[in-house]
Amino acid sequence: MPYNAILEVKDLSLATKHDQKLVNRVSFALGRGETLGLVGESGSGKSLTLRAILGLLPRGVEKAGGIIKSDAVSAMVFQDPRGSLDPLCPVVKQLTEVVRFRQQVSKKAARGIALELLEMLGLPDSIKIADRYPSQLSGGQCQRVVIAIALACKPGILLCDEPTTALDVTVQKQIIEKISALQKELGFAMVFVTHNLAVAAATCSKLCVMKNGEIVEQGDTLDVLQNPQNPYTQMLMDSVLPVPELEGSGRIWN
Amino acid sequence: MELALQVKSVSVHYGGFTALDDISLDLHQHQVLGLVGESGSGKSTLARVIAGLITPDGGEVTLDSLPLPKKRSREQRKQIQMIFQNPDASLNPKHSVRQILSEALLFHRIVDRAQVEKRCKELLAKVHIEESGLDRFPHEFSGGQRQRIAIARALSVEPSLLIADEPTSALDVSVQRSVLELFSKLKAELNLTMLFISHDLGVIHEISDTVAVMRQGRLVELNPKDRFFANPETAYSLELLSAVPRMPKPSTSGGLTT
Repeated sequence: MPYNAILEVKDLSLATKHDQKLVNRVSFALGRGETLGLVGESGSGKSLTLRAILGLLPRGVEKAGGIIKSDAVSAMVFQDPRGSLDPLCPVVKQLTEVVRFRQQVSKKAARGIALELLEMLGLPDSIKIADRYPSQLSGGQCQRVVIAIALACKPGILLCDEPTTALDVTVQKQIIEKISALQKELGFAMVFVTHNLAVAAATCSKLCVMKNGEIVEQGDTLDVLQNPQNPYTQMLMDSVLPVPELEGSGRIWN
Repeated sequence: MELALQVKSVSVHYGGFTALDDISLDLHQHQVLGLVGESGSGKSTLARVIAGLITPDGGEVTLDSLPLPKKRSREQRKQIQMIFQNPDASLNPKHSVRQILSEALLFHRIVDRAQVEKRCKELLAKVHIEESGLDRFPHEFSGGQRQRIAIARALSVEPSLLIADEPTSALDVSVQRSVLELFSKLKAELNLTMLFISHDLGVIHEISDTVAVMRQGRLVELNPKDRFFANPETAYSLELLSAVPRMPKPSTSGGLTT
C-alpha cells in the first residue's frame, strides 16, 4: 500500500448480471484522516462505488473485478435522512440499538453513549427526557441522528452519500461544519460523494471526478479545481451557479 | 411599471400553524420575482395561494387590479399557470405527451381541434424536444426533458403569470443549467411575468430581477437583485448568502477563466 492508506480501491469494476458495465476500473486510495470527494452527475457510479466499499451493493449488481482493501470499519450516511431512519421507532431508541449491537455494551450503558453522541452532534437536550419520532424532527436534525448512528459504529472510514443535498443552505453549512469538526476530533477518514463542486471544495482534500462509471480526473482538490484538465470537470465547474461576493465582507468559506 | 399581480396581506393557517403571516407583494409585468427561503418558510404555500390551489384565510390576490374570487373562472385559472418541483409526479404517466399538451389546449379552447397537433409541435420545438416525442410517454424522457414538457404544458395556454416552484431542484447541475437557459430564453421571447421559487441562491441570481426573502411565513426582504446580492438589508438574508458554499478562486497561473 502506498503511504498509510486506510482504504485502497484498485481497478474496481461493477456490472449488472447481464454484463452491463456500471463502474469501470476505478482506483483510488485514502489515507488516515483524509477526505476524498467523489463528484459527478447522477448515473456516474459515485454511489455504487460507495456501496461497493460498504459491501452493500443493490440486488442485481455484482463486482466484476478489482479489489477493495480496507482494514477499518466503515459506516455510511445516506442522502435522505428521513428515508434511512425507521419512522416507527423513536430516534434515541434507534441509536441505542445500534450502539448496543456494535459496541457490545449493556442496555443502560448503550443509552448513555447514545445520548452523549446526540449531544456531540448538537441535538436539543429535550430529547434526553422525551424521545421523539423522526417525523417530529426537522430534516437537519434527522441528518444529525443519522450521522450519530454512523459514528456509533466507531468507523475508521465514514462514507457520506450526498449528506446535504436534501437540506437547506444554512443547515447544509451547519452539517458540513459539524462533520469536519467531528473528523478532527475523532480522526476518521471520509469519502464524500456530492454533485456540488462548491461543497466538495469546502470539505475534501482530494477529488475524483467521475463520468459514466470512470474516473476522468483525480488529484488534490485545489489543483483539480484551479486547473482542470478534463472538459467534463470544466463543465461541472461551469454549472455551479455563482453567487456574487457580498460587499465589504471577506470570503466566508475556506 | 405596470402591476401584473398584487398579493394583499394574505394569511394562511394550517390548524394552529401560521404558514403565511400577512404577506403583501407586488409583481410587475415582464419581471421575474425570485422567492427564496428555507424549507418551511411558506414559499410554496404562497405560490399555491396565487395559483388558487389554496384559499387564503385572510387577504386577497388581485390580477390586473381585479380581485380573484374564491372560486375562479376558467379564464382566471388559465391566466396563472404553475410548474412544480417534481416532473415525475406532475405529469400523468398514462398519458402520452400529445395527450398531456392537447388536454390543456382543448380545455381552455386555445386553438381549434384541427390545429391542436400543429400547436403541440410548436410547443415542443419551443422547449427543444423533437416532434417524434409527441407519442411517447413521460417515463421515456429524462428528468430534464420531463421538466421541459411540464414547461411546455404551462406555456400552452398562454398564461399572463407563470409560477415556477423549485423547477430545477430535482435535476442534475448540468441539466439545471440548460433548463435555466431555457427559462431565460423564454422570458426574453415571450415577455413572461414569473414568480420563481428556489432555495438555491445561485439559481435565483441567474434568473431574477427582484428578490424576495421569506422566513417563517413572513416576508423579510424585497429588493432588486443587485442590491440584494451585494448588500442585503436584513441579518437573515446575510446569513443565507454567507451559507452558500463557494468555489475556490482560480489561481492566476491556471488556465481557468470565470
